[in-house]
Formats: sequence, structure tokens, C-alpha cells
Amino acid sequence: MPLLRVEKMSLDFGGLRAVNSYDLEIEPGQVRGLIGPNGAGKTTVFNLITGVYRPTEGNIIFDGKKITGLQPHRIASFGLGRTFQNLRLWRHMTVLEHVKLAQYSKISYGLIGAFFGTSGRRREEAAIEDKAYSLLELMGIDHLADQVALNLPYGAQRRVEMARALATEPKILFLDEPTAGMNPEELAQMMAIIRRIHAEFGLAILLIEHRLKMVMELCEIVQTLVFGEVIAEGTPDEIQNDPKVIEAYLGTEALH
Amino acid sequence: MKQLKENIRSSFSRVPLLGWLFGALIAVWLEHLAGDPLAAALGLPKIPVLFGCVIMLKKPVLIPAAVIYVLLIYALPVAAVARLSASFANRLAARMLNLPIFFSVAIHLGLLYAVLHMWSEMSAYRVITLKLTLIAVMLTLSLNIINGYMGEFSCSHPGFMALGAYAASAFTVALFVEDKLFGQALLPSALGPFMFPLALIAGGMVAALGALAIAIPSFRTRGDYLAIISLAFMFIVKSMIENLEVVGGPRGLSSQPDWANLPTVFGWTVACVWIINNFVRSTLGKALNAVRDEETAANAMTVDTRRTKIIAFLFAAFWAGVAGGLFAHVLRYVNPATFGIQKLAEVLAMVYFGGLNSVYGSIVGAVSLSLLGEALRPLEILKWLIIPLLLILVMIFRPTGLVAFKEFNVKNLVKPRQRRKE
Ligand SMILES: Nc1ncnc2c1ncn2[C@@H]1O[C@H](COP(=O)(O)OP(=O)(O)OP(=O)(O)O)[C@@H](O)[C@H]1O
Ligand SMILES: [Mg+2]
Repeated sequence: MPLLRVEKMSLDFGGLRAVNSYDLEIEPGQVRGLIGPNGAGKTTVFNLITGVYRPTEGNIIFDGKKITGLQPHRIASFGLGRTFQNLRLWRHMTVLEHVKLAQYSKISYGLIGAFFGTSGRRREEAAIEDKAYSLLELMGIDHLADQVALNLPYGAQRRVEMARALATEPKILFLDEPTAGMNPEELAQMMAIIRRIHAEFGLAILLIEHRLKMVMELCEIVQTLVFGEVIAEGTPDEIQNDPKVIEAYLGTEALH
Repeated sequence: MKQLKENIRSSFSRVPLLGWLFGALIAVWLEHLAGDPLAAALGLPKIPVLFGCVIMLKKPVLIPAAVIYVLLIYALPVAAVARLSASFANRLAARMLNLPIFFSVAIHLGLLYAVLHMWSEMSAYRVITLKLTLIAVMLTLSLNIINGYMGEFSCSHPGFMALGAYAASAFTVALFVEDKLFGQALLPSALGPFMFPLALIAGGMVAALGALAIAIPSFRTRGDYLAIISLAFMFIVKSMIENLEVVGGPRGLSSQPDWANLPTVFGWTVACVWIINNFVRSTLGKALNAVRDEETAANAMTVDTRRTKIIAFLFAAFWAGVAGGLFAHVLRYVNPATFGIQKLAEVLAMVYFGGLNSVYGSIVGAVSLSLLGEALRPLEILKWLIIPLLLILVMIFRPTGLVAFKEFNVKNLVKPRQRRKE
């Protein structure tokens, strides 16, 4: 049984059909790619699956449960983690606080603990702090733990976001252009990080990318989305040589 | 000159909180001993009740005398004792930190209470001003949860206060006092002081219940309904009480027992600050900031927006209700007219003046505006020009308030101060 199955999912923004009859199946631990030109609807697909938008039609089944139309925080707590294309970090919050907060749904000390600072709360806060530190170490930013996240350079902010998403303990991770705006060196580091978390946690990953090189290297199967429709699906090699894909990208981007 | 200033600055930067408290204690003690004779010798009618501010504005000829009084009784003794006791206080503070933090905090609070107690003992006016200031701290801090930490805009605080004031008063008056409205006292008044906390908690609960009526429709969908719904709520509560003959209608409700003494008000204020500070520093409380700053990300990190907001809103209303209950028992009289738009303006001013998202800010805002309001009282109508002007200045130069977004860390507050590294 696939970990995530999306069936004939569509969304209309007013008159515009942003996503049309989108299908997807991801097995546990699989790495998949989603490519397509600007405005193709890639981010919208993420927003639909994670509950930010409710699909006009179609079904989403995660881990055997139907999650269509559920609230985003519930969907996230089932094990769908995500990052955002335009980094949505919290103002005023430190890096450590970001990664601690993402463990929100695991906190069990309740209001009594929050109000009175019980020993149970101290224990739990210490535990989520340890976990946060270990994720920051994995991302190589544990020395920045006490900095306000928004004051960090862009590459570090991306890592904070990644650590934050991992802190929700996802079974599948949605990465929305994790290398947007990065230079080649940062790009190589980010690819290494994605490989590392895939190996370490055995997560399934769905990756949106503009840069085809990255998708081709990381993904087992790639979908190409144009105007809200999947025009091609296959291994990186098949996609690279698909005339429809080449046509969609022609003039806008090179294939490497 | 600059050198001198720098020297003074650096030598006082070594004084820990404990040292300042020692200084203040000596100053208020000095006032007990020498306040009256000194005031007489300086030609002042009586001791200046609010650090000379009121006297200076009322009778400008007495300005020099008032300044000398304040210097001799407060400024010099505090500075001298604080400076001289610094190294002793530092050692003591360090020693106390080896014990559980609770111990050190209790000592500091005990000293603070002693200072306030001795200071206020000199005049009944000081007692009531102090109590109302402490109540203002509770109100401001609880409103800061909603308008600061949560980033919404709520106008219902006077309404919550009214609910708390009336519920707590009904509780105590009906049970412990023989009066026209509720008849015979039902319980012996000896039990009273023990039941007073229950009365206040009941007041807080009623306020929280009222808050639920706002929270359910307001936090259902995104959008700025809260400001309007909460404003309506405030007016509804007011007119509801005006039409409720059982609690005296517009004439108000009086004869509350005299249980809100200074230690009680102080204790509740400390409890309020402690519990709210615990909450906003916990990861559960930080979820409020996450929802405020970037809701989509908060939801994607498993935070339930609606639940978080509703809980915090009810929690804030609870404390406003407790503050209202104390308020009613300090004045021993309440009427619905108190809980209107002017009260709202006062609390909002304290929140925004002191600083959003900050426990320090709320304390600073509530204390400074309460005292300023009293100090400027002789100016009468002009007062209502000066305070708004001041607010506007703060809004221009520090849009989020004087001490916004600063964590209230008790450990840092009570720790010894090291010599500054050169
Ligand atoms: N909230 C919205 N309301 C109306 N239209 C929207 C909304 N969000 C996206 N769209 C439109 O839907 C289409 C798909 O947008 P989407 O952001 O999913 O594209 P994308 O593939 O992620 O593009 P990019 O590569 O630029 O990130 C675009 O035409 C966009 O203008
Ligand atoms: Mg996008």
C-alpha cells in the first residue's frame, strides 16, 4: 500500500483551474520530484495535500486514512512535514525555539504544566530541547541555536526550516524549492543534507525544484506539471528525453 | 564630566537587585523616622505622598522643599546604601543561587513587600494608590497576552473586569454580609478571608465564561472580527449590569467586606505575573507567537490555531476577572459606569506604552501610567492632554512600546552583578 495516494485532485481559483485531476502515489522511503515552469501549480499541489487549500474534487489518502479537507495542523500531526518556498520563519524567535515549537503536538504537560512550571514540564522541555539540538547538529547549525532565525544568512535559514520540518517527525517530507536562490556551493551542501536526512530517517520525500539537475540526481521518479496538469511522469532519464517536457521548458530553461 | 558619568554608571552597574532593595528599605525606614519632622522643617504641609510630584504641581513655591525632601529621604539613601552594600549583596545573591531558585525569589519578594508596606503605611492615599497600581499590573499583563503575545486586538477587558468584580462581590456579599440586596449573611464572617480566594477565582471563571462567548465566533475563521465583537461585548456587559436590579443596577453594589488588604493584593499580583510568565515562556505559550507571526507555518508544524487562541483568550479573561474582583473589594463599591470606554483606554494605553509581548513592559506600563495619572491629578484637564501626548511620542519613537519583546527571566533578575569587563 502506498504511503500517500492522491486521486484526481483538482482545484479552481475562481475561474482558473490551478490543478487539474492530479494523481500521485508515493511508497514509504521513496524520493520523488515535481518539476514544471513558473506558475504551473506545484506549490498549489503541496498546499492542497497539506490542507492549506481544500480540493474542489478528488481524494487524498495518507497511511490508509482519508485526509481530504482536514485542517492543516491535523494533517501535519499525522506525519506530513513541509518546508516553504518563501521561508516562513517566525519573527523574534530563536533557531532553537523554532525547532522546539515544531514538536508542539508531542507536548503532554498540558495547561497545568504551562501555568505552574511543574517538574513534568521541565523534563519534557528538556527532552524536546535535546531533540532540537540533535536536529540542529544534523543540519550543522547547532552553534546558531540562540540566534534569532531571521537574522541569519539565507542558507542557514533554509536549514532552520528543514530542521523545523523534521522536528514534527514526518513520514513524508515536502520540500518546496529548497535551493531557490542558492549559489552552487550552497546547492551542493543542500543536496548532501537531503541525502543525509533521507538515509537517516528513511523518509519519503516529494521535492519541488526548478533546477532539473538536482531532481535528476536525487529522485527515483519525476512528474512534470504544466498549467496544473501532469504532462509526463517517469524516471529522470525518461523525463529528460520526453519531447513534451522539452517543449514545455524550451526557451525558458536549459535541461541542466 | 563624561568620565565622571561613566564612573558612576559603572560603579552602580555592579549593584544587584538585592542591593537596590536594601537601599529602598532603608529609605522607607528613614521616612518613618524622620519624614514628618523633615517635612515640617522644610515648610511642607505634610510628607510628599508621591515623591513630591503632587505638591510641586499644586504649589510651585514648594518645589525646592519637595526636591530636597526627595533627595534626602529617597535618592541619596537609596544610592548610598545600594552602592555600599553592593559587594555584600552580590555575595549574598550568589550564595542564595546555590539553593533552589524559589528561595532567592521568596527573599526578594519579601523585601519588596516590606518596602511597599512601610512606604504605604505613611498614608491611606498611598495604600489605595499602591493597590490600584498592582491591580493595573494584572489587567495590563493579561491584556498583553491577547494584544501582544497573540497579536489580536481585544476591547473586552473592562467587560471581563466587570464580570469578575460583580461575581466576586455577589459571592462575598451574599455569603458573608447582611445587606439589603441579598439579606442575611449565610456563613460566619470568620470564614471569610479563607473564602476570599474562592470568590476571586469564581470571578475569574465567570469572566472566562464570558470570554468563551467572544472566542467561539471570533476565532472560527480568519479575519478581524475580534475587535468589533469584543467591543460589543464590553457594552453588552455594562448595560446588562445596569439592568440587573439584583446587583443594584446603575446605582452599583456596595458593602463588600474589607478583605483586599495589601498583602492579599500583592500576593495575587505576584501569582498572576508568575503564572502568566510561566505560560508565555513555555513552548505551549510560544505557539501564540508562532500563530501571530506566521500562521501557515505554525499550522504546518502541528499548532492548532483555534485551540491556542481560545485557551489564551480565556486565560487572559480569567486574570482580568480576578483583577476586577480585587478592584471591587479594594474600593468596596462598584458600579457599571466604571467599566466603560475610559477604563478600556486606560488599559490599552498601559499595554502599548509599556511594550507588547513583554512582562517587563506590562509592569512598566501599568506602574508608570498609574503613578503618572495620580501625580498629574492637580493639573486636572491638562492631564488628559499630557498622557496622550506622551503615548503618541512613545508610538513614534518606539512603535511597540518601551520594553517590548523582552523575556522576563527571573534568574537573571536575582543573580549577582559582575564587575564590567574593561
Ligand atoms: N491563493 C491564490 N489565489 C488565486 N490564484 C492563485 C493562488 N495561489 C496561486 N494561484 C495561481 O495558481 C497558479 C499556480 O501557482 P503556484 O504557486 O502553485 O505555482 P508554482 O508552480 O509553485 O510556481 P513557482 O515555480 O513560481 O513557484 C498560478 O497561476 C498562481 O497565480
Ligand atoms: Mg511555487
